[in-house]
Amino acid sequence: MSINWQKILTPILGLAVFAILWEALVWYMGWPTFKMAAPSDIWPAFLRFQPLFYEYGWQTLWRTVVGLGLAVVVGTLLGMIMGLSRVMNDALYPLLVGFNAIPKATVVPVVALMFVGQHDFNTILVAFMISFFPIAVSVAIGLSTLEPEYRDILRSLGASRFTVFWKIALPKTLPEFFGALKVAVTLAFIGTNLVEIITPHGRGLGHLFQSAQINSDFPLMFAVLIALAILGIVLYYVVVALERIFAGWAERSPT
Amino acid sequence: MENLIEIKGVTHAYKTKAGPLPVLDDLNIAIPEGKFCAVVGPSGCGKSTLTRLIAGLMFPDTGEVWLHGQIVKSPRKTVGMAFQNPVLLEWRTILQNVVLPLEIVAPGMPKRQKEARAMELLALVGLEGFEHKRPSELSGGMRQRASLCRSLVHKPEVLILDEPFGALDAFTREDLWQTMHELRAEEPFTGLLITHDLRESVYLADQVVVLSGRPATTQYVMDIPMPSPRPINMLYEPDAVEKLARLRREIEIAQGRVPAEGGA
Repeated sequence: MSINWQKILTPILGLAVFAILWEALVWYMGWPTFKMAAPSDIWPAFLRFQPLFYEYGWQTLWRTVVGLGLAVVVGTLLGMIMGLSRVMNDALYPLLVGFNAIPKATVVPVVALMFVGQHDFNTILVAFMISFFPIAVSVAIGLSTLEPEYRDILRSLGASRFTVFWKIALPKTLPEFFGALKVAVTLAFIGTNLVEIITPHGRGLGHLFQSAQINSDFPLMFAVLIALAILGIVLYYVVVALERIFAGWAERSPT
Repeated sequence: MENLIEIKGVTHAYKTKAGPLPVLDDLNIAIPEGKFCAVVGPSGCGKSTLTRLIAGLMFPDTGEVWLHGQIVKSPRKTVGMAFQNPVLLEWRTILQNVVLPLEIVAPGMPKRQKEARAMELLALVGLEGFEHKRPSELSGGMRQRASLCRSLVHKPEVLILDEPFGALDAFTREDLWQTMHELRAEEPFTGLLITHDLRESVYLADQVVVLSGRPATTQYVMDIPMPSPRPINMLYEPDAVEKLARLRREIEIAQGRVPAEGGA
């Protein structure tokens, strides 16, 4: 397989240009680090706390991934129930919308009180709560908008409901599912960090951010933000890779 | 000759908020084995309902649908369907799409055998060489050809076509009409074609049934005593022109635009 260098180099070049412009702006305006740290301040801050970045980064990452995994399982199940049954759709929709409308920052203290000391669990729970909604909705829409002819081709041969679901409805919903998963990935990160920043449990990148703030170490705060962005990008592209494998057929080749 | 499909006094109504909406009223159609019947009628007169009744996806309120000497009580594996929308599965190749019914009807059949059967049909409709393409890479006419192959792959006794050529341009449509005759010559089946195109009905069918406006009843039946395959030029012969004019008039009666002969 030939590597498409243009596809890899273009985004890297984009990032480099962004960093240079950033550096130049800070230098030109003469901003102190507490106003805006430049990339040249951030890199040393990262090097100084390098082991912590890896340790906390991993903690943030695995909780996010577990929360997201939970969101995929529960969101898909909910979406299936809502997509296949009109009644359940009507019953669950307002509940889900209401649940989703609650700002998750307000949920964090409630969850922290409910499960005192269960830091890992709390973090995963909030990451899950914030990210399952788009998955449930997109799976439900994907299933409920299946054209009747698709069902009829198999039903007229005596295929069971499950066969129709497995052979047609499920694969047909995959592009919508992956679209939602891309949104859910970033949401799950927000959920994890909310908990890490709001509840003082001393773990994860959110905690590193918090302690940088307390110590007025501004370059470190920026370094954490960059680290979070990088983790977000990595997870996003993992989803894109999965999408290529399982729903690559939905991508039209450019002609 | 034995009638393979028999619709006997079928009445059907849909339940709506405003009360029952009758779509079929005492409908009678008989199609002998191996014959091809075209059903024409005004829009929304219940033609698609008819296809679902024959496929066993729906059941009439009163009357009976007979298939091969048995009342239809459930879907059966001996029916093939194709629609105006080819409804090919985008994530499967053309070959995998055509194989699909065999996966339901004959799950035990070796994969190689299934694919060989599918290739046979694809070659027949001129899609050889396209079997590994995805549906999105094919033109509308080619997709409809693949859809026809899928509806025939399990050698159904009955082929139900619900306006399969409706969305195609005129030339592609005539190509596919000829393909239909070629398929009939190779694959024995009894066909029911729903269409809005009178020329299509006369060119393809052995029997044309005109349905009245909703609720639909059998208004007029015309036999087309011509062999299959037929030259497309037959449509311009005086005999066919006369038949078309007659059908045209029946449709106008069905639409309520002109009174029936001898009527008020």
